[in-house]
Amino acid sequence: MAIVECEGLSKTYQQGKVTVRALNNVSLSVAAGGFVALAGPSGSGKTTLLNLIGGLDRPDAGDILVDGRDYSRLRSAELADLRLRRIGFVFQAYNLIPVLSAIENVEYVMLLQGVAATERRQRARRILDDVGLADKYDRRPAELSGGQQQRVAVARAIVSSPSIVLADEPTANLDSKTGEGLLELMLRMNQAHQVTFIFSTHDRMVMDYARRLILIRDGSIVGDQDKAA
Amino acid sequence: MMDFQLAWRNIWRNPRRTTVILIAVIMGVWSMIFLGALMRGVVAGMVKNGISTLTGHTQIQQTRYPDDPSVMHSIRDPQTVAAVLPKALPSGSHWTMRVRVNAVAANARHSSGVTLVGIDPDSEARVSFIGHSITSGKYLKAGEGNDILVGRALAEEFGTHLGQKLILMSQDTRGQIVSRAFRISGIFRAEMESTEKQFVFVMRRAAQQMLKMDGAVSEVSVVLPQYKHARQIAAALQARLAGEDLVVRPWQKALPLLTAYLDLYDNFILIWFVVVFIAMGFGIVNTTLMAVFERMREFGLLKALGMRPRRIVKGILIEALLLLLCGMAVGNLLGWLSCWALSFKGIDLSALAQGAEYAGMARVIFPLVLPRDIFSANGVILGLGLLVSLYPAIKAARFTPVEAMQHY
Repeated sequence: MAIVECEGLSKTYQQGKVTVRALNNVSLSVAAGGFVALAGPSGSGKTTLLNLIGGLDRPDAGDILVDGRDYSRLRSAELADLRLRRIGFVFQAYNLIPVLSAIENVEYVMLLQGVAATERRQRARRILDDVGLADKYDRRPAELSGGQQQRVAVARAIVSSPSIVLADEPTANLDSKTGEGLLELMLRMNQAHQVTFIFSTHDRMVMDYARRLILIRDGSIVGDQDKAA
Repeated sequence: MMDFQLAWRNIWRNPRRTTVILIAVIMGVWSMIFLGALMRGVVAGMVKNGISTLTGHTQIQQTRYPDDPSVMHSIRDPQTVAAVLPKALPSGSHWTMRVRVNAVAANARHSSGVTLVGIDPDSEARVSFIGHSITSGKYLKAGEGNDILVGRALAEEFGTHLGQKLILMSQDTRGQIVSRAFRISGIFRAEMESTEKQFVFVMRRAAQQMLKMDGAVSEVSVVLPQYKHARQIAAALQARLAGEDLVVRPWQKALPLLTAYLDLYDNFILIWFVVVFIAMGFGIVNTTLMAVFERMREFGLLKALGMRPRRIVKGILIEALLLLLCGMAVGNLLGWLSCWALSFKGIDLSALAQGAEYAGMARVIFPLVLPRDIFSANGVILGLGLLVSLYPAIKAARFTPVEAMQHY
């Protein structure tokens, strides 16, 4: 069963007087439980595609269905609610809230969801234990290494059991050993919780870990390799 | 709770900037409260002076007396008034009857125009300043009809002192110029030098005899337990004295210039509050905008995580609220401390007495803190502070997640 279905997606950006076509009639289907990498060079359109799947931006043309919800029929508030409850995000620059500790960063998503304080704390502790940060609950982002920050970001992304996690270049700022540890972690989460992971990357290691590799160039899909098949 | 915790930490991300804006808020609140209290103190001093300088809270006079305060326009039958007052006035009120006419005072060295006031010493002491203002000599006493009280400034001007004679000249009820010699038995000091030069006090009976007034008086002056009730009491008295050729005036009508000052000061204080806020408001907007732009990527992240725009607005407003509350708490405390410190001795304007007197101000100003001024100052800062913070808050909420996260 497909958790993501995109049909004829196009997106252009205006950069000064220049119009940049970021995506050109892209169609894509991702099955639930997938571990998928969108690979391609910088400027190929992979982050744009990830943003559209995540509902962070609207396409100029085409349809997107995520977890059975048609984005074209959702108002901004409904889209925000979908992101809050069904989609997790991991960003290249970690994007943690600097004034909150590791555990508070993880809790914050649940606060927005209206989860009670005691439950929030329990779930945040459990997930931080899972990602190997049991002794770092009260550290602020500035007191954590890049790999640890990205682990907190992963914990934040999966703590509320989303259907899908979108990770934009998650290993780009990490050394290879830390990056591999993070990928192992995400693979474990994927297998244990049946969470679908979609990465944008040009990291060879991520491509190797992915069970499906989609190649993008100049805003179009130029290759789609299902390694499990 | 976590929203407040987050907001509190956010405002201390840049301690220097927060401290600067806090100082601006503190100074704003302090100046609003302290300078507002000083202005109120000036006005209260003016009202107190005006009332205690023979006006009282309410005056009863012959209808034509306010326009032409001559001996011809006296209350011929003061007993009618005396019969009404005990029934019409609230308990705790005091009243006195006076003769009050223009006269000329003279001695061997000098002469000048004065106001001759004939008083009943006991009742007068409960109504006006004169009973507790004698600095040398003694107050008037029944049976000593030739005694006169003069102000210190008048005594200096005339080069006279206790025990010396002073001649008073005026026009009696028959239109004749009459004069009488009095002996200075006491010298008084008043809040304003002009009062010391203007008024001389003698026994009422002596003044009536000199001016051939029989039992008539120029006015009845009333002091109420609450000066705010003067208008209602005056209206009630006027109703009870209907049919008599008398006019009852509350102090607001008897002192129109002072009343105008009061209205002016009310508006001036509000304008002052708004002006202070405008200066402070720019600082608040600037600080909040800087804080918002610094954290634009973070707002993008929060929107990406599913935070609704209104929650972003709420978060920024909570930060502004905490900042304002901190500034207001310290500003109020400083304002209160400043007023408290000045409440013992006030600000002595003796050196500027003539200039201050021109405006009817007392020699010493005590700050007067009114609860409504405190509420107004804090209300203006809190209300307008949150209002101006809405602009950066809405700006932050309007960016799409992608736009915000691309922001550097």
